[in-house]
Amino acid sequence: MFRIVEKKQLADNIYKLRVEAPRVAHSALPGQFVIVCTDEYGERVPLTIADYDTSDGTVTIVIQAIGMSTRKMCALGEGDALADLAGPLGNPSEFVNIPLDELRRRRYLFVAGGVGTAPVYPQVKWLCEHGVAADVIIGAKTASMLIYTDEMRRVADNLYIATDDGSEGFKGMVTGKVRDLIENEGRHYDECVAIGPMIMMKFVALTTREYGLPTTVSLNALMVDGTGMCGACRVSVGGQTLFTCVDGPEFDGHKVDFDEAMRRQAMYRVQEGEANEKHKCECYGK
Amino acid sequence: MANKIPRVAVREQDPAVRATNFEEVCYGYNDEEACLEATRCLACRRPRCVEACPVNINIPAFIAEVAKGDIAAAAETIAADSSLPSICGRVCPQETQCEGSCVLGVKGEPVAIGKLERYVGDWHLAHGGGGGRIAAANGHRVAVVGSGPAGLACASDLAKMGYDVTVFEALHKLGGVLVYGIPEFRLPKDKVVAREIDTLRGLGVRFETDVIVGRTVTVDSLMEEEGFDAVFIGSGAGLPRFMGIEGENLNGVVSANEFLTRANLMHAYDEVYDTPIYVGKRVVVVGGGNVAMDAVRTAKRLGAEATIVYRRSEAELPARREEVLHAREEGIEFRMLTNPTRVLGSDKGWVRGISCVRMKLGEPDGSGRRSPVVIEGSDFDIECDVVIMALGTSPNPLLKRTTAGLETDRRGCIVTDDAGATTRQGVFAGGDAVTGAATVILAMGAGRRAARAIDEYVRGKYSEAK
Ligand SMILES: Cc1cc2nc3c(=O)[nH]c(=O)nc-3n(C[C@H](O)[C@H](O)[C@H](O)COP(=O)(O)OP(=O)(O)OC[C@H]3O[C@@H](n4cnc5c(N)ncnc54)[C@H](O)[C@@H]3O)c2cc1C
Ligand SMILES: Cc1cc2nc3c(=O)[nH]c(=O)nc-3n(C[C@H](O)[C@H](O)[C@H](O)COP(=O)(O)OP(=O)(O)OC[C@H]3O[C@@H](n4cnc5c(N)ncnc54)[C@H](O)[C@@H]3O)c2cc1C
Ligand code: SF4
Ligand code: FES
Repeated sequence: MFRIVEKKQLADNIYKLRVEAPRVAHSALPGQFVIVCTDEYGERVPLTIADYDTSDGTVTIVIQAIGMSTRKMCALGEGDALADLAGPLGNPSEFVNIPLDELRRRRYLFVAGGVGTAPVYPQVKWLCEHGVAADVIIGAKTASMLIYTDEMRRVADNLYIATDDGSEGFKGMVTGKVRDLIENEGRHYDECVAIGPMIMMKFVALTTREYGLPTTVSLNALMVDGTGMCGACRVSVGGQTLFTCVDGPEFDGHKVDFDEAMRRQAMYRVQEGEANEKHKCECYGK
Repeated sequence: MANKIPRVAVREQDPAVRATNFEEVCYGYNDEEACLEATRCLACRRPRCVEACPVNINIPAFIAEVAKGDIAAAAETIAADSSLPSICGRVCPQETQCEGSCVLGVKGEPVAIGKLERYVGDWHLAHGGGGGRIAAANGHRVAVVGSGPAGLACASDLAKMGYDVTVFEALHKLGGVLVYGIPEFRLPKDKVVAREIDTLRGLGVRFETDVIVGRTVTVDSLMEEEGFDAVFIGSGAGLPRFMGIEGENLNGVVSANEFLTRANLMHAYDEVYDTPIYVGKRVVVVGGGNVAMDAVRTAKRLGAEATIVYRRSEAELPARREEVLHAREEGIEFRMLTNPTRVLGSDKGWVRGISCVRMKLGEPDGSGRRSPVVIEGSDFDIECDVVIMALGTSPNPLLKRTTAGLETDRRGCIVTDDAGATTRQGVFAGGDAVTGAATVILAMGAGRRAARAIDEYVRGKYSEAK
């Protein structure tokens, strides 16, 4: 059992849980994820590690309650426990293996969308702690849906906000802000990392391709085990079939077949819809 | 001397009924049936069954004890060579091992050694399990990676020798393939697998689930930071293979591992569990091994019309014969000498069928099996909405990548000597991780052999230190 030591609501339907998991906290690096089962009956839900603290042995996960499993998880409170939390899974971000003097000469642009802002944070924090400057764009539909802005401001060189309705920062999509920075503000970047909804990553990759800006994306494919055992998470990258959980989750965004990846994500949509209906009825029926 | 008693038939669930539920197919022998079957054994002077058993169980001896009604003695006889009789009695390919060599099989039916072994194993579990001599704690610690039959057998023997053993398992449940792969209708989880694991707990073995060795901890950190004297790797061969044909990433194409994991480990067929499973109306399973049989029969039980597509002929099916028989009785369609060439998709990206070619058997290949050859121009389509690939598995490269000095061969299998020692000092391995996908009995045997090697290694290490 993995005890929840802190729970905080960050936005509508988005919650942060800090969980006791000393072994995971000890081994975690930016870019990796965990698999969580809420209870004995729960699904194995993949969630990116949003922060980790070796001093108190906790890992932080940020969850958007969109379906039955994530809602069940978000219904837990401080002092409750998650039945299972396994990780850290997947490969760490590529930059943790690059020599620091080389890394410090690079300029990074992070593009974060929605709940994807949380997984961007440990990456920017790691770079900041190692003296590497990184700019960050956080995008959301509207100001109230923005998360992690204060934390990010502390670790980012420049932080830009983009909202679809213009309620805060740049009015428009994150791709518009990427263009704005490169074309109007004369910024130069060597690397881009985009994490958010699949559709956002697809369009960021299409945009950066125009500028020849190498782009890494973190794919959130459907998963079961997360250890390479089932192949549910397979994606096509540069014409090759790879497993997101062991070969990724980060891939070259210019090579990923996003249309296939999005189609595969919807494989269980009908059934999950039914489960959600059933769950709602059970919750509200009482 | 001829044997007049015919092989005692074992009671089974009616095929039409069992094809709609997940309860065990075979009920096993009761006391009278077991005793009667046991009297069929001729107690050969040079028993061929013992030679053909991968761990050389003293078969005539335990069968004689069953015939006398001394089941406790039979259990003890088996325990000398096998620690998982309830499981092996159910899943061993007896027709190619003990029963395949029984002299009675030459003219008639061999003794039902598997069913008798299961009977003894179940009797033992029902009477508390455990047993055997347990040495006093020796204070040395051994880590076991993986809780499949190899890991469990190794842990059990080491615990009995007095070692302090911790088993680390990547998944949230213990048992390896016994839990995530082999379905409930062949191997009951609570009645058999969980009991075996409880027996180990009784011996003082500790279990930690949700620990992926190579990620959560490493072999190095276990030995250097956590103070384990030796490590046994029984991580299996869990990586699924795909065919590499067009359309394999369509929605509705899954590996047998994914399908079976959703059904068995995640209990997707049970309403109270949250994990979904997609079965569709018509399922095609590609492959002919135990994994293919388990997948196709699970699909049938979940309400689909289910078909096996296999590129060789019936005689080459590598699955246990009993499973093929049971599958047929349950109404599974078999399309032999058929090989898929392409998965067909709808415009929305879902499977709508599979294109195949017919095959014929050519000359025997290196392994002596006749290799299948394509019959040109024989293409045809099978309509279906789910395709399950059961083409075999290989070991996970994670441990090799994260453990310095651990050598693997071309196929990714860990290299060991006969006793189970790897190329890394203090690290031992056995089971599917070493042999590639094989059998429960071989994995169990390898785990036990490694336990002896580990004991020798640790003793050597401490006597040198003195
Ligand atoms: C490596 C990885 C990291 C992830 N990190 C996070 C994270 O940090 N925070 C977070 O909130 N979520 C994250 N996800 C997504 C999260 O795992 C899914 O949202 C969750 O499994 C949905 O489960 P559910 O039962 O609540 O919803 P479901 O009822 O299963 O689904 C609800 C809706 O969401 C869609 N959906 C299901 N799974 C996914 C998915 N993997 N990606 C996108 N849409 C999906 C469904 O098609 C459906 O429309 C990550 C996924 C992966 C693979
Ligand atoms: C569907 C199916 C049906 C089968 N039917 C039969 C049958 O009828 N008869 C028969 O004899 N054999 C059968 N087999 C084969 C048999 O199950 C295997 O040969 C046997 O289980 C191998 O045992 P093992 O202990 O080596 O590995 P496994 O049983 O595979 O166990 C390995 C365990 O290690 C864990 N693990 C892996 N990597 C790590 C890591 N890095 N850290 C921690 N844990 C890890 C895995 O999660 C797993 O639990 C079948 C296999 C399958 C898949
Ligand atoms: S070969 Fe057959 S008859 Fe002979 S001992 Fe073995 S089981 Fe009995
Ligand atoms: S989640 Fe099963 S292989 Fe990636």
